[in-house]
Amino acid sequence: MSPDSTTPTFEEIDYETLLERVDYDFGFSRRSFVQALGAGILVTIVAPSLHAQERGGGNRRGGGGFRGNQKPVPIDARLHIANGGTITVMTGKVECGQGARAEITQAAAEELGISVDRVQLLMADTDLCPDDGITAGSRTTPGTIPPVRQACAAARAMLVKVVGDTQPLDYSQLAKSGSLKQTPENATLAPPSDWKVLGTPVKRPNRRDVVTGALQYPSDIIRPGMLYGKVLRPIAYGATLEDIDVGPAKAMDGVIVVRDGNFVGIVAPTSYQAKQAIAALEKTAQWHAPPGPSSTTLFAYLRDHAKGGIPKDPFEGTGEKQFKANYNTAYIQHAPLEPRAAVAEWNGEKLTVWHGTQNPFGVKRELAGAFHINNDNVRVIAPDFGGGFGGKHTAECAIEAARLAKSAGKAVSLRWTREEEFTWAYFRPAAAIDIQASLDPTGKIASWHHVNINSGRSSIESPYRIEQSKADYVDSDPPLRHGSYRALAATANSFAREVAMDELAVLAGKDPLEFRLSHLAPEDRLHAALEEATKKFGWKDRIAKKEPNVGVGLAASTDKGSFVAACAEVEIDPAKNTYRVRRVVQAFDAGAITNPENLKSQNQGGIVMALGGALREAMRFDNGEIQNASFWKYAPPRFADLPEIEVHLIDRKDIPSAGAGETPLICTAPAIANAIFNATGKRLREMPLRLSELA
Amino acid sequence: MDAQLTINGKPTNISSDAKRPLLDVLREDLHLTGTKYGCGESACGACTVLVDGSPMFSCQTKLAEVDGKSITTIEGIAHGDQLHPVQQAFCDQAAYQCGYCTPGMILSTIALLEKTPNPTRDDIIKGMNPHLCRCCTYPRIVAAVEQAAKSAKAVSP
Repeated sequence: MSPDSTTPTFEEIDYETLLERVDYDFGFSRRSFVQALGAGILVTIVAPSLHAQERGGGNRRGGGGFRGNQKPVPIDARLHIANGGTITVMTGKVECGQGARAEITQAAAEELGISVDRVQLLMADTDLCPDDGITAGSRTTPGTIPPVRQACAAARAMLVKVVGDTQPLDYSQLAKSGSLKQTPENATLAPPSDWKVLGTPVKRPNRRDVVTGALQYPSDIIRPGMLYGKVLRPIAYGATLEDIDVGPAKAMDGVIVVRDGNFVGIVAPTSYQAKQAIAALEKTAQWHAPPGPSSTTLFAYLRDHAKGGIPKDPFEGTGEKQFKANYNTAYIQHAPLEPRAAVAEWNGEKLTVWHGTQNPFGVKRELAGAFHINNDNVRVIAPDFGGGFGGKHTAECAIEAARLAKSAGKAVSLRWTREEEFTWAYFRPAAAIDIQASLDPTGKIASWHHVNINSGRSSIESPYRIEQSKADYVDSDPPLRHGSYRALAATANSFAREVAMDELAVLAGKDPLEFRLSHLAPEDRLHAALEEATKKFGWKDRIAKKEPNVGVGLAASTDKGSFVAACAEVEIDPAKNTYRVRRVVQAFDAGAITNPENLKSQNQGGIVMALGGALREAMRFDNGEIQNASFWKYAPPRFADLPEIEVHLIDRKDIPSAGAGETPLICTAPAIANAIFNATGKRLREMPLRLSELA
Repeated sequence: MDAQLTINGKPTNISSDAKRPLLDVLREDLHLTGTKYGCGESACGACTVLVDGSPMFSCQTKLAEVDGKSITTIEGIAHGDQLHPVQQAFCDQAAYQCGYCTPGMILSTIALLEKTPNPTRDDIIKGMNPHLCRCCTYPRIVAAVEQAAKSAKAVSP
């Protein structure tokens, strides 16, 4: 018996055998499912498109990108029940550590009325899975869980119709009753109060493979005859190749050089040889690099280049006391521990790519576009991969691998190096934020104006009850390639707002907690989160207790339907002019909790990831050259940075579950900044939070 | 060069460039892909293997340096279906999110507990600090190391 008794016992799907046997028909093909999953029944569901955001005009900055067109998607097979009773649920979502595999599995098990170990989840294979859209924006829980539950509830209703409501439920009976069932989206779902599987701490179903090294990440995929690729990178952003001698690389044993315009790459029998060949190319390449702005003048540059100028405060002159401040957040990198990796294999006009992407269907379209081939001829498979954080939405690595494989005539594995990932992946946009506000004679906020330049609208609207409040977003002229990031603009906007709220509390002569609560109603979810976090932290005692070189701070915010409040305690080292975060207590409300253990883990990890951006993460660049493209120089959070962390979850069974992969990050930095002020009287308005230039 | 290694208890001959990283040999020649590339500069620990019982960064270790040595990778620590107590602890504590750092973390934990069977929290922080987890699952990894230390105590005489 397996020592880990909840490990699934059904046969694993073998992608390699699948590849040879599956047709590349548009949408789903009945035959391909039979070949992949065995004879049985397919359950399909007609649902409104849940992935409009990637077609809605590229609103990468969130806060409105998910409305788009809501036309129904074609029939998508969601559930396959093999004649033997093995149940496979299909989703276009990916697993990159956020816990979707466990959560979708338990959602299916809940509605099917079976245990999680009887559900096999097939994720992110564009030939077999429905297009659930990009895995981003905390959308899996509100966007994908419902259609999965619908299909599974419908299957259960069908089974009951065939055999009656007998226990245990034997789905092989349903498989024998026909071959394809199409169901409208109207099955009755289990309410949270009746949940038996949802709401419980189900662990990642393939965790055994995680701890034994058996889990094959995209960089681990090996194909017959596979070669290793590398791409020649420019010396700086926007640099153009003026001259190169490919002769020396070409002369190397087993090396194929591919040159296609500005793209130069090589293919070799081993990574080691590939590295040597690229080094040979680098020696002969001549580049022209245009000048560009530096990170040292970044925020002035972003403000100066605000498109249409920076909007004026429409409430100028309101109130008794006036307040105005500027806040900044740096460019940072996702730096997933597995850099971009893709394995591409051509079979005539047909292309298969294994790739760690949050956007398998988007990558499929990009590949079809790049090679001018029919969408039907591209298959993208996203195996569970090593971290995304909003950084793996684009197809560059997949296209490069496919370009190399086309010339090589063999499968090619392309794995970006850490330096490439730091330099050529896109960044979280930097933000310059201006806040102008006023207080009335009673010390309450009379007016509030928040302007975000360059990073986006997420969480830009103040959650506080303020009579006159306005928020504006303006584009700038970004000096680096930027894109999505976990809690992107919500981090910047919450940082600025929550530090400003602290500054206003001081201006009003009020306790930071009382000041915030006075701008919320008792029934507000943010009110409850603040009360929970501060109670568990012991705010009232801690703020009253004066301890030298120790400070406490708090912050609260909301984004994407979830609510968060955090208290932080910092200790200052006055000799070194540095600080250390000793303790963080966070309260979190994402509606009905679907998986308490995963939600807790997302909060713990989110707090520490955000600690990186609060303490020191920032890209340094000049003239298009990234100056800290390494882990040593960039310095993500380590064990040594770990504060004592407490997470308190608020379970609102009466409210639909929201996604929670992002919002846990957004209070960390402002709570720390406010704690530093409490300890030192020094107001830090820029992330990362530095007490001195060198700290 | 012709190198003679013992990999997960199995004598293995490798004919390859002496300067080739051990990481590449494990992954590309032997298809032991549980050992990961993370940075190539000894900054993350994803490529950690045990060489004669001590943790080493395989991305910075050349084939010639391990000739005649015994190497343990993540694939070599379970006994059949029976997970190693450290693997079991990582499972029990859900001490992973994406799991890409997990093999390196597990091997360093084994080495840490070998040297320090009763680690304090500070011992764990210090011992594990060479490793990065970008999902920042650190609190859970600390808990897994603590559980593994306890379970090792429970089975030893």
